[in-house]
Amino acid sequence: MFNKILIANRGEIACRIIKTAKKMGIKTVAVYSDTDVDALHVKMADEAVHIGAAPANQSYIVIDKILSAVKKSKADAVHPGYGFLSENKMFAEALERENIVFIGPPSGAIETMGDKITSKKLAKKAGVSTVPGYLGLIEDEEAAVKISNKIGYPVMIKASAGGGGKGMRVAWNDQEAQQGFKSSKNEATNSFGDDRIFIEKYVTKPRHIEIQILADKHGKTIYLNERECSIQRRNQKVIEEAPSPFLDDKTREEMGKQSCALAKAVSYTSAGTVEFIVDENRNFYFLEMNTRLQVEHPVTELITGIDIVENMIRIAWGEKLSISQKDVHINGWAIESRIYAEDPFRNFLPSIGRITRYRPPDERFDQALIVRNDTGVFEGSEISIHYDPMIAKLCSWAKSRTEALRVMSDSLDEFELDGIGHNIPFLSSVMRNKKFIKGDITTAFIEEEFPDGFKSVKLDSSLLKSIAAACSAMYRLFEIRRTRITGRMDNHTRVVENDWVVSLGGHNFDINLKADKTGSMVKFLDKSTVRVESNWVPGDSIAKVKIEDKILIMKVNKVTGGFRVRLLGSDLDVLIRNKRQFELSSHMLRKIEPDMTKFLVCPMPGMLIKVDVSEGEEVQEGQTLCVVEAMKMENVLRADKKGVIKKINVEAGQSLAVDEVIIEFE
Amino acid sequence: MNEILKELENRRQQARLGGGQARIDAQHKKGKLTARERIELLLDNESFEELDMYVKHRCVDFGMDQTQISGDGVVTGWGTINGRQVYVYSQDFTVFGGSLSETHAQKICKVMDMAMSNGAPIIGLNDSGGARIQEGVASLAGYADVFQKNVLASGVVPQISVIMGPCAGGAVYSPAMTDFIFMVRDSSYMFVTGPDVVKTVTNEVVTAEELGGAKTHTTKSSVADGAFENDIEALEQIRRLFDFLPLSNRERPPERPFFDDARREDHSLDTLIPNNPNQPYDMKELILKLSDESDFFEVQEDFAANIVTGFIRLEGRTVGVVANQPLVLAGVLDIDSSRKAARFVRFCDAFEIPILTLVDVPGFLPGTSQEYGGVIKHGAKLLFAYGEATVPKVTLITRKAYGGAYDVMASKHLRGDFNYAWPTAEIAVMGAKGAVEILYRQELGDKKKIEKRTKDYEKRFANPFVAAERGFIDEVIAPHSTRKRICRAFASLRGKQLKNPWKKHDNIPL
Repeated sequence: MFNKILIANRGEIACRIIKTAKKMGIKTVAVYSDTDVDALHVKMADEAVHIGAAPANQSYIVIDKILSAVKKSKADAVHPGYGFLSENKMFAEALERENIVFIGPPSGAIETMGDKITSKKLAKKAGVSTVPGYLGLIEDEEAAVKISNKIGYPVMIKASAGGGGKGMRVAWNDQEAQQGFKSSKNEATNSFGDDRIFIEKYVTKPRHIEIQILADKHGKTIYLNERECSIQRRNQKVIEEAPSPFLDDKTREEMGKQSCALAKAVSYTSAGTVEFIVDENRNFYFLEMNTRLQVEHPVTELITGIDIVENMIRIAWGEKLSISQKDVHINGWAIESRIYAEDPFRNFLPSIGRITRYRPPDERFDQALIVRNDTGVFEGSEISIHYDPMIAKLCSWAKSRTEALRVMSDSLDEFELDGIGHNIPFLSSVMRNKKFIKGDITTAFIEEEFPDGFKSVKLDSSLLKSIAAACSAMYRLFEIRRTRITGRMDNHTRVVENDWVVSLGGHNFDINLKADKTGSMVKFLDKSTVRVESNWVPGDSIAKVKIEDKILIMKVNKVTGGFRVRLLGSDLDVLIRNKRQFELSSHMLRKIEPDMTKFLVCPMPGMLIKVDVSEGEEVQEGQTLCVVEAMKMENVLRADKKGVIKKINVEAGQSLAVDEVIIEFE
Repeated sequence: MNEILKELENRRQQARLGGGQARIDAQHKKGKLTARERIELLLDNESFEELDMYVKHRCVDFGMDQTQISGDGVVTGWGTINGRQVYVYSQDFTVFGGSLSETHAQKICKVMDMAMSNGAPIIGLNDSGGARIQEGVASLAGYADVFQKNVLASGVVPQISVIMGPCAGGAVYSPAMTDFIFMVRDSSYMFVTGPDVVKTVTNEVVTAEELGGAKTHTTKSSVADGAFENDIEALEQIRRLFDFLPLSNRERPPERPFFDDARREDHSLDTLIPNNPNQPYDMKELILKLSDESDFFEVQEDFAANIVTGFIRLEGRTVGVVANQPLVLAGVLDIDSSRKAARFVRFCDAFEIPILTLVDVPGFLPGTSQEYGGVIKHGAKLLFAYGEATVPKVTLITRKAYGGAYDVMASKHLRGDFNYAWPTAEIAVMGAKGAVEILYRQELGDKKKIEKRTKDYEKRFANPFVAAERGFIDEVIAPHSTRKRICRAFASLRGKQLKNPWKKHDNIPL
């Protein structure tokens, strides 16, 4: 076996690979850029080599730098992870030349599959079903529009070398085709250094289901069943699961066989993924093949019990696959939630900065329940503008899908993350979505279920009542503690009230508390009574409260006069007042929020690339105002409504902070 | 007997009605509570003992003898906040617009005297149209009497003012001499002369809100220490502040049971200081992470944000925190931040509240506006305040401590009890670049040489060890152990005794 491997990557995937390497007794080498000096993968690896400046194109994707790191550390093999150089055939070739093993497929397979046009042609030839589209190269915007019309809208515009949602646009009309082509081309140039673009039919109501394969160097190819990855936002996967709630055995087997056939057609070895679009009649079309380890591979590992990274390493070393197709089973159900530094309350725009609090739920590997959290961060690390904003992959596994969903929902509620905006509330809300629970999903799920973006989930009144009961009992603890202060007047101390009015989510609950040694009986105005028990004490940021036989897991933040509570995708201000305070609060005036509709504010930290309008110009609803680049993504900011530009406060090239005013309207 | 009791009840009822239902409704309509409602929310349930309920004014001019209202526009007495005694006066806007008469002032003076002799804080809830014009100089005398009491009470018991309505003219000077002023947004204002007079005299057109609203006084003038959304929130917050404060200069700060671990380590602090020395970070993260249960009551949050002041608890005991804030103006000391911190330090010292100082300061802000504004004397205030303070003083240098600002920020030389530094601390006369430019002026043309000189200087001085070698730093501590080390430091200082030489009083550079 290899003595030492270098992981040409960063973040959670580097950490995940190091874990398996350690388990196998292989030494590990990390590489890091300037900003990653203190990163988790650097700490976990046995050695680390500095490879350059923060931007990936000066470090993680510079082949020469990785090569010299390999030589310097005398590693025998390189695992590329995903992204960066994982699907760069030049890198694979360069390693081959230096006699260093690339833990991945042969460069020929990367080349063939890396090109979306060639790969489609080849898939067709290998008997894999494909989507209609234009397989040639497209010269300019005009050609793009022409081709789009020929295929018929909607169309998908894609960077040939793309992946992970970068350089991808859906266009529903000529204007969007034009713009999409331009943006995709720009992003493709910046991210991949390859500006070739192609266009294909955009299959509506599709599901995204992919097959994981493993192929050794001795001619054996197997598939590890499917992953359902339909929950996507801007073509970026957010929640994945295995198996798919949609496939039947026959379709699964057919997809698996075609995938293996395709792999064989390119003499594939190592782990790979064949992505399909599946329509509502379970017709499936080949989308692309990813010649690398996928982000979402853990769900497959959880249902099959197979360590994919270990197999990649063994295959690279030349071992035969120790498992056969008949050994591959589907055991239970696994869900993965990708936790991103993206603020759902700001239309999911990237959020950067220091993670001031990071307390994931405890990992568990029990007989009936697994919680696995793959991460590359720790409390106190920094989410940089230079890389992918993924913080962690939280996975749950249980015997049934229902149970796996419940474990995920609880784990999300327990996950503490602060300092940056993140999508946990959104993920929680998906776990409660009726369609998702039923498994009735398509890749348009997020657009359809959250048409106006994400807003704090509205909880039903019975749940609010439970939260009110829990919070009143917790608040009482606070108030009792306050009366234990030194310097009291003996015999004239304060008696803490038992009657409170708890206001949350537009409801007011009249509550009477009767506390005993183990908990409190909470009586409501309607005479209903619940028992509340918890070992929570002031200062704890997570409260697990047993209410009758149910357990509520809440993130709580003490504020004056109550709590700020987060659970199940909902953010609640819980105000707790005694009777008199409540009575008098009716006199308080409601204050009107300042009107921000006359300003275009920057939704994320980034750089202003260009401004498409000028002062005094009248703009239409939906018209492009300017483009802000953040996290390597070009974000087009459009007019919410018709208006006239009064003032433009910034110039192209300037960097912007969150909420900085870019444009003022009349 | 029954009749007599009834008479008492009648009189009480009448007094409680203040200026009558119509005026109470008008007060409510403005989103304001009445004087008695405010006291109810400020104090523990049923703890209020009212005094001087039947006091009436003695004015006979301008038909005033025809209108007599029990209490004369101010409700006074004492009660408890979480069981601890406090004296209160609450001006009643429904009675003569809360205007201050001779008797009104006497009532206030009475509770202030009691507060001082019994050793309990005094809280004033201000909502007054100003002087009782009908009384003329008697009213002015009343103000002055209150001012004199404020002066005498200063440093004896904590004095807190909450401005919950108008507060103009002479009325402003009583709150101005108390320890803290809080305002209610949109319903309170303070100024010496109102918008009308301003217009006549200076031709400036300005609204009452712009001239003296909560925003003006918390961000521009620094007159107010904080502002709250409405009456209910304000009173709740005052209760919260009260829990931090000692009852008087004869008592120790209060202690409260706490649920945090005094030995809690926080490894995220090891990465708080960015690798790039010019990159800012949020000092408040450190404050929150080292304090009990992350509970921090900030004072003057919106003014001179380059320095942070406020109260936390360590092991349940109140500690005053002063911290440079690298997020704002690199945490530099200037006129405003020096004044803000100096006043806070003096409050803590007056009431035996230990002081924790967190230092990351690049120096004093240069420039004509600072020099013309008298940064020398204002900076000296902070220096003076630290130098005279005899309470336990623990200082932690997290990063920069440059130049005179190093001395000022509770250094060892100003009788710091424990002076800690993180390994990232740089204690020097100035940054390496500046130092080299002075030391090697003749080599400035040679970029390479200067670069090397800068590196050498950094190597020599950009660390805490030069200072530690001299004992100016007692120990270099790991960031993750900060809470534990600081808790233990203060614990060891619980018996500290230190006296300044006898004097009538000092002469701080005002």
